[in-house]
Amino acid sequence: MLAYYLGLALRSLKRNPVLTGLMVLAIALGIGASMTTLTVLYVLSGDPLPGRSADIYYPQIDPRDMNGYQPGGEPADQVTWIDGMNLLRAHRADRQALMTGGSVPIQPTQANLDAFYADARYTTADFFPMFEVPFEYGTAWTAADDEHRARVAVISRKLNDKLFGGQDSVGRTININDADLRIIGVLDAWRPDPHFYDLYQGTYGEQEDVFVPLSTSRDLKLAHNGSTDCWGNGAPSQDKLEQAPCTWLQFWVQLDTPAQATAYKAFLVHYSQEQKTLGRFQRPPNVRLRDVMQWLDFRKAVPDDVRLQTWLAFGFLLVCLVNTVGLMLAKFLRRSGEIGVRRALGAARRAVFEQLLVEAGLVGVAGGVGGLLLAQLGLWLVRRQPADYAKLAYLDPVMLLVTFALAIGATLVAGLLPAWRACRVTPALQLKS
Amino acid sequence: MDILPILATLRRHKVILWLLMLEIALSCAIVCNGVFLIVQRVQHMGMPSGVAEHELVQIQQAPIAVPSDRYARAQEDLATLRQVPGVQAVGMTNQVPFGGFSSNGNVMLSPTQPHRTLSAAEYFGENLIQTFGLRLLSGRTFEPDDYVNADTVIKSLADGSGKDFPMPTIISSALAERLWPGQSPLGKMFWLAPKANFRVVGVVATLARANAYKTTTAQYSLIAPLRMGADKDQNYLIRTQPRDRQRVMVAAVAALKRADPTRVITHARTYDEIRNDYFKDDHAMAGMLVSVILAVLLVTGLGIVGLASFWVAQRRKQIGIRRALGATRADILRYFQTENFLIVTLGIMAGMALAYGLSLWLMLHYELPRLPLFYLPAGALALWAIGQMAVLGPALRAAAVPPVVATRSV
Repeated sequence: MLAYYLGLALRSLKRNPVLTGLMVLAIALGIGASMTTLTVLYVLSGDPLPGRSADIYYPQIDPRDMNGYQPGGEPADQVTWIDGMNLLRAHRADRQALMTGGSVPIQPTQANLDAFYADARYTTADFFPMFEVPFEYGTAWTAADDEHRARVAVISRKLNDKLFGGQDSVGRTININDADLRIIGVLDAWRPDPHFYDLYQGTYGEQEDVFVPLSTSRDLKLAHNGSTDCWGNGAPSQDKLEQAPCTWLQFWVQLDTPAQATAYKAFLVHYSQEQKTLGRFQRPPNVRLRDVMQWLDFRKAVPDDVRLQTWLAFGFLLVCLVNTVGLMLAKFLRRSGEIGVRRALGAARRAVFEQLLVEAGLVGVAGGVGGLLLAQLGLWLVRRQPADYAKLAYLDPVMLLVTFALAIGATLVAGLLPAWRACRVTPALQLKS
Repeated sequence: MDILPILATLRRHKVILWLLMLEIALSCAIVCNGVFLIVQRVQHMGMPSGVAEHELVQIQQAPIAVPSDRYARAQEDLATLRQVPGVQAVGMTNQVPFGGFSSNGNVMLSPTQPHRTLSAAEYFGENLIQTFGLRLLSGRTFEPDDYVNADTVIKSLADGSGKDFPMPTIISSALAERLWPGQSPLGKMFWLAPKANFRVVGVVATLARANAYKTTTAQYSLIAPLRMGADKDQNYLIRTQPRDRQRVMVAAVAALKRADPTRVITHARTYDEIRNDYFKDDHAMAGMLVSVILAVLLVTGLGIVGLASFWVAQRRKQIGIRRALGATRADILRYFQTENFLIVTLGIMAGMALAYGLSLWLMLHYELPRLPLFYLPAGALALWAIGQMAVLGPALRAAAVPPVVATRSV
């Protein structure tokens, strides 16, 4: 029966190519626009640590003075050196890492390469196992290296390609800020998007090329980049940041069970209380413990413009669908005579309804194909834009499926009203004329 | 033209009428708000910076080996740049308007104030007024004795001695007006930290922040006479003739490289590039909005064409009868045009309410002002025009129906 309906639908669609074309075009435009923006939104709201993000938390405490204090406000976004070190040494989580970003001068030994600056991350050892960073060669450093301010570095695959032609460079040296560091690891391709662990360095399409132990970076006076928030008479002088009343480090912990998370939060409150008793903190304890996705949501990692564009595109899709409902109604009602004959010959209302829905579905499939092509075109246009997230805009299999489901589903919904109206024509009235 | 027969006919096609109205109402809401969003972006992109935009070049350099005296190195570099032919003025700054990288401070009107009065951009550096080309409204510019090395100030703040303070400062007129409305700001004092107070010695007309995203606070800026070292985050500024910019930039980079071959030039660009770069997202968003509005109008127009064609085809016989009874072609044409005008008008009435509701929703979720009411009639005009254009083809076809159709049976 379906084959018969399909045949009927094809014949009917061919009879009014202009009307059919208009319907398919409207669906394709609507689907194309909404899938383009939805794909961008989907890519940008992606999970940077699939399967693990719920166990990784970003503790926040409030070390600032009473200036600007408002009860119920948010605690500081980052931590000071003293608090970061205290929390790190407390070892209350399964894993914990204290880190910050920077940019370092690299002087290649190769004569054909000019000196250049590379983005760097200064962190403690747990960074690599906690975020499950993949290694191509070598390994990460250990807590002992952190302790001894070891002159070691881990570099990205990209930098390894640039400096060593992609060969195993473990054991070789790299000159950073006039100091020789031994390379102990080369990362495999790794690019968590969004760059969740430090959103101050740009949210998308960011990846450091050099990783150095935090203690070593302070020893070598490697410049810190990103947000530095000071209070009191504090001023961000690069070499005195350890003592300054400034927050400039990110602290991440891994807590594998909800019970541990609850306990850790209690520990943060306890720590704040203790620091207040000691006179270091002035504000009452105010802590947060957000997991990765909560943190990204709180920091509004996805740009407002992208959300606005998605709403706009779906508004457009709505216009296209209303348009299609109207056109389909016109098309079905025009065939009242034909439907009347079918009804008179014994077709049930249900059968006519089904037949018309098959026709609507066919328009949906055609619109879906058109929409897919338009979405690819749209994403290509997005990728040509200057925004830092633009390069990530690609359609994946999930979104491909969503495109077709949305196109066919939307068209079927759009077809319901016209098909219902059309199958209720009175056969006798149509046969009379 | 008699409207009553049209209304009587429309009453017999309620579903299609409702659909058309809905489509027009949705289009009206999207188009009104979309155009408003575009205007917002365009206004944002036109925000004044206060600097001589077409005459400026920014160079950022980073030393590979840190010089022993960063302040002496900065002075040498400035001297080197002054030698470059075509250079009119040379300065140094920690940030540039719309440069993205920003340095801001909390301004307080007393040292013990519990909450900041506002946040303002802190411009540090040398010879900024002249190089930027800022317009001094009152007071004076900085004199050579005003300048202090940044490290000295940081140290005196950290040890709490408060030496070097109060420091002279030049502020933007927007900041002056916000801090001391209606009064002369000259000689007035404000604090950036309990020990860091500043006395206003001059006011410039306009100086935008490096991260100016809100129009209300975009012009809150202050300049402090701090001498900065030749660090990688500092900017050398060069002012020159607009036509000389490229040549001067190349020559300046070459001169800096000659002075220290190992240094890395991280940025060398004209101010026009800085502005374009800062507003590129707004530009892209405005482009996207224009395409969506055009697409909405196109789809709505095509929808009207489709439904009008259907109606014309359905009513061929009636049109023929009317023609046979003496109606002219112009009468038939006018009938369909009036009918379209009525439907679009009904749609627009619903659309205006919808547009307003959508605007309220956008205000709730995004930081947007309320839709000004004059956008509503503007959107209405656009939809009336689209409707009349779309219906013209089918209406002409209807007018071409010969009276003889009346005598034929289907």
